[in-house]
Amino acid sequence: MASQEILSEEPNRGSFINDPKIRSLVFQTLVVILLFGSVWWVVNNVIDNLQRLHIASGFAFLKGRAGFDISQTPIAYTSDSTYGRAIIVGLINTIIVAVAGIVTATIIGFVVGIGRLSQNWLIQKICTVYVEVFRNIPPLLVIFFWYSGVLAVLPAPRDSIHLPFGSYLNQRGFYFPSAIWGDGSWLILVALVVALAMAWFVAHRARQRQLTTGQQFPVFWTSVGLIVGLPLLAYALSGFPVTFDFPKQSTFNLTGGFQVKPEFLSLYLALSCYTAAFIAEIVRAGIRGVSKGQTEAAAALGLRSGSILRLVVVPQAMRIVIPPLTSQYLNLTKNSSLAIAIGYPDLTATAGTVLNQTGQAVEGVLIMMVVYLILSLVTSAVMNVVNARMALVER
Amino acid sequence: MQEHDLSWVRTEMVLAERAPTSERGPVAWVRKNLIATTGDTILTIIGFVIVAMILPQVINWAFLSAQWTGPDRTVCTTVAQGGIQQDGWSGACWAFVNAKFGQFMFGTYPIEERWRPILVAILFVALLAPMLIPRVPRKGLNALLLFVALPIVAFILLVGGMFGLPHVETARWGGLLVTLSLSFVGIAVSLPLGTMLALGRRSKMPIVKMLCIIFIETVRGIPLITVLFFVSVMLPLFLPAGVTFDKFLRALIGVSLFAAAYMAEVVRGGLQAIPKGQYEGADSLGLGYWQKMGLIVLPQALKLVIPGIVNTFIGMFKDTSLVLIISMFDLLGVVKQNFSDPNWATPQTARSGLVFAAFVFWLFCFGMSRYSMYTERRLDTGYKR
Repeated sequence: MASQEILSEEPNRGSFINDPKIRSLVFQTLVVILLFGSVWWVVNNVIDNLQRLHIASGFAFLKGRAGFDISQTPIAYTSDSTYGRAIIVGLINTIIVAVAGIVTATIIGFVVGIGRLSQNWLIQKICTVYVEVFRNIPPLLVIFFWYSGVLAVLPAPRDSIHLPFGSYLNQRGFYFPSAIWGDGSWLILVALVVALAMAWFVAHRARQRQLTTGQQFPVFWTSVGLIVGLPLLAYALSGFPVTFDFPKQSTFNLTGGFQVKPEFLSLYLALSCYTAAFIAEIVRAGIRGVSKGQTEAAAALGLRSGSILRLVVVPQAMRIVIPPLTSQYLNLTKNSSLAIAIGYPDLTATAGTVLNQTGQAVEGVLIMMVVYLILSLVTSAVMNVVNARMALVER
Repeated sequence: MQEHDLSWVRTEMVLAERAPTSERGPVAWVRKNLIATTGDTILTIIGFVIVAMILPQVINWAFLSAQWTGPDRTVCTTVAQGGIQQDGWSGACWAFVNAKFGQFMFGTYPIEERWRPILVAILFVALLAPMLIPRVPRKGLNALLLFVALPIVAFILLVGGMFGLPHVETARWGGLLVTLSLSFVGIAVSLPLGTMLALGRRSKMPIVKMLCIIFIETVRGIPLITVLFFVSVMLPLFLPAGVTFDKFLRALIGVSLFAAAYMAEVVRGGLQAIPKGQYEGADSLGLGYWQKMGLIVLPQALKLVIPGIVNTFIGMFKDTSLVLIISMFDLLGVVKQNFSDPNWATPQTARSGLVFAAFVFWLFCFGMSRYSMYTERRLDTGYKR
């Protein structure tokens, strides 16, 4: 009886100074008080400073006239547009360079990463040199190198370098023929969509057939035929509506065609080269992370080396690769803010100009932070979906 | 009866035969590593073409045609551009780097005071070298000198205004001096701060945990430029009127906070990798929270994530070049600033200056990564599967 009484009692914790619950409660209360105190102090100071400097607050300035020009505008914009529109133009520019950079960096990164694992000594060494050079140099320096070291010393427009397909390269950027979509070119787009849908359907049916009967179907070549053939057919049927506007050389400049400015070009090339070095290392680690037994077991089943890579090694390597790949994509997006150093009008550059003109630093920095946070969250959400599809499905 | 001893035991080893000729020598190496299959041969040819296209040009530009010394731009320009080189000449203008070397190292630090950063650099190397060599004893004292005494001495020497040393404003600092001091302080602050944030993120106290998560995820979600904008534009607004911060100090705060958030995630990875038994073992020994973390968990966790920590250091070292954007002149900033010097404006100046800066950055980063690989091997206790 007595022992039961002792057990039902609260254990003796000694002095309540040593009670972890009370200690954590006291500590957290202190933290909260400190936090609120400093926030209150900061807010007070900000209000005080803003009043002293006669700076307005609030987001009303977004409707004001911007009054500055932007060199590259994917959507209609003049200096009469609003500050809000200027920031949106910057945001779109950021997204353009980030997406282009991500695609190119992934391609270069996979090629170099696989190259580093090659049996071929020469290829392996070239890829190693590439990775070790770009990984250890600041991205900003790479951007400057492309901008002032390579593109700025290209010939003047008069002596442009001719490239295949009627494109030109000179100090003012890269010019290539732009397509002019005539009447009836919507048919081509429709054909492309139809072709994609059919290719998907064929792949789906082929997989089902292989699962039930074991017979294979040449999905790849059928899809290629569909995706290339159908739009071409539509192009011919609608009477060749697409014409090309070739850049023409005049005395001082090139006219016509589509111009890619050196600011965009150097930022895009630099971000791609720089991030590709990191992606290459991730890919290499991923492929090496697949144990050798997997390859050997696949070979024992009689798969050819191409099939081993495609069906056994790559799916498993992708599981290791995707999470760090995501953070590289995020890094690339964030590094695109270095655009400000060479004058590519990305989000940071336009928001910075707005911030300087209006003096509304708090709102300007807040907008930048929120937009970059949203971009990061969207990228990681997309990659999480990809990751979930790739993840090992266990019982 | 005659004894026939048919058993025979060899008493000495047969000498190893040399490998067959098809398996040794340069020919076999080439066959194995360059032309094993048809695909391999094609790859090798492509590789050779790439190397043959790039390497001779690079060597010619950087060494054979390069101009090493010279008074001004004439040595690095062609006749048509007003110089002494033949038409079509293209080579590195190391003369530019040579002439500006002092600036690249110290910025506009007064020339008669440059012995001060040099002295700090010597002290730094003298303290760092024994720290890096594992065999040298008295690591504790060494760390104390490096991380406590050196910053104080360096501050007095570099800033001046005490002990008869003339004051040098941080606005006059520049070049490698800024790059190195920013990174050193950033490294020294971000590791402890990042560790604290990581511990906070894994803490059982909900408010502390939430605050740490908010801080880490916000900072990691935005670019460093935005953080630098934040500290250079908003920090002055946060303080009472009249109180101003030095620009250099603001950059330091920005870089350190940024690196700390990344460091926190690296350290958290290490903390998560430590088996629960280690925590429970420490608890059952009666250790308090700080004893448990300091004596049992962190030594193991930090060792696990050395590569990640060094990667963060390397990243931060490279990121210091971004202070250029809030108009401070680190190595890259000074190099870029000098492109516009009319005395040296040539088509080769930008390229030469940038290649020089890239080389300096590369040396430091490559050195750090190699040292981390060495440490990783040394600390490997063989438990890794």
